[in-house]
Amino acid sequence: MDALGLLRPGASVSGLPAAHTPGAATGFALGDHAGRAQAAPAAEPGVVASTASGPLQRRFQPYQNNGGTVLAVAGKGFCVVASDTRLGLGYSIPSRKVSRILKMTDKVVLASSGMQADMLTLHKTLRMRLVQYQQTHQKHMSLTAASQMLSNMLYTRRFFPYYTFNVLGGIDENGEGWAYGYDAIGSHEKVSAVCSGTGQTLIQPVLDNQIEFKQQWGAPKVDLSLEATVELIRDAFTSAGERDIYTGDFVEICKITKDGVDVEEFQLKLD
Amino acid sequence: MFRNQYDTDITTYSPQGRLHQVEYAMEAVKQGSASVGVRSKTHVVLATLKRFASELSGDQKKLFAIDDHVVIAISGLTADARVLSRYMRTETQHHKFMYDEPMPVGRLVLQVADKCQISTQRASKRPFGVGLLVAGVDENGPHLYQTCPSGNYFEYLAMAIGARSQSAKTYLERTYTTLAEAGVEELIQSAVTALRETVASSKDTELTTKNTAIAIVGTDGSGMRVLENAAVQPYIDALDAASPASDDEEEDGDGDNAAAAPAAAAPDAAAGEAAPAADAPAEGPADMQT
Repeated sequence: MDALGLLRPGASVSGLPAAHTPGAATGFALGDHAGRAQAAPAAEPGVVASTASGPLQRRFQPYQNNGGTVLAVAGKGFCVVASDTRLGLGYSIPSRKVSRILKMTDKVVLASSGMQADMLTLHKTLRMRLVQYQQTHQKHMSLTAASQMLSNMLYTRRFFPYYTFNVLGGIDENGEGWAYGYDAIGSHEKVSAVCSGTGQTLIQPVLDNQIEFKQQWGAPKVDLSLEATVELIRDAFTSAGERDIYTGDFVEICKITKDGVDVEEFQLKLD
Repeated sequence: MFRNQYDTDITTYSPQGRLHQVEYAMEAVKQGSASVGVRSKTHVVLATLKRFASELSGDQKKLFAIDDHVVIAISGLTADARVLSRYMRTETQHHKFMYDEPMPVGRLVLQVADKCQISTQRASKRPFGVGLLVAGVDENGPHLYQTCPSGNYFEYLAMAIGARSQSAKTYLERTYTTLAEAGVEELIQSAVTALRETVASSKDTELTTKNTAIAIVGTDGSGMRVLENAAVQPYIDALDAASPASDDEEEDGDGDNAAAAPAAAAPDAAAGEAAPAADAPAEGPADMQT
């Protein structure tokens, strides 16, 4: 996924290949390719008038990126899921406080960045499925079941995806903490630490190094405590907020332990 | 009921203007085991008598949670009840998805009633053989509804359906005026007392923790609770302490563990048959999982 292409203000995210344009992208691409002519923003949202190559034409643009960074870090007997709360659009901030987090059960929390509208609908649909599961099976969904279900749900929209970048975190049935990272169409992987969204490239390397001790030779691999993990996550968001314009305002941190989900919030810079 | 030449088809009226098949369907409800519902200003309580298909089996489910704010008690064909409860569950979830609010109970019951009515007007279908007591709370407060195979539905302050429900109704008719102001514990107790009336006529049966299930929905934010097994013990104990509403056996000391299977003078709803059956004498320890 070409993340850089999405950061240019006014950049279009073409979900559908433009017809009738010579040299149009063949196949299906999320994100403008560098070198393609910039599309001029149009008055109607979702519709882009392209002026550069060839005659004036309109294209249906179903997606927009509202930015935001989400992450999940698992430890011994706990998992922390966190996200910022800024809603961005181009160079503007439509809202400083939107929640990207869905508390699925007392042991499973989902955070989604990307397009706000798709995130809301995805979360609403997930809520329905959770209730249905609970009524049929007389128990709450486990972390592994939820992770698979989310993947399936995303893939059923393979050809018109939810523009969401999800991370799932929680405690599994053995009491171990785990995190899952997803792409927009449901490819997922169980990991100890994952970050998604506009701050992904800034934070993921730090998590790799500090949680999983990658690229460190001879360093003792210690299990971080819950408090140390939260401290690291605070620092990660503060740093990402400095460099990424789409990350900022507030951070919601959900700490999942066997005792349930505890939510705390702290403030980032508003610039 | 009597057989006659106008009862073969659901789509045939009798000269008296009756649809006999629909009435026979309502008979199936009367053959199911009893369910009682009572309502106060703040809560609705359902108390149900669970029936066992045989000594070897577990009990038949009588209470179905529909959403956080609605629970139903069924009497009649359990399989038909499953279909209706599945429909109610999807409708409430759909409503919440579309409107971000819990579904108003009356709307839900109306949809269920319409669904029941459809199968009374098609030659290719048969009516649903189950009656529901729907207990729920919405912004207008607590509600208790009854639905029929005919597609009729009514709202009640107190109601009982199923086998020997008339005894419970007689008791409720005497006491329902006190229900409005009752606290939740008092309300549960009156539901259980009314339920006891439905077994009172038979010497071998009594309410036990194994055959009684209670559901409560309230406006006080407590949501919906289902009480089964040990949780119903206090209310059963309080029955012996209270003065009986009609003459019935007071088998004190024979409380919970020696649960004789309820003698069924009516066919088992579990089998899904509405054929009349002889009294099934069920003696001996009924050591069943609920």
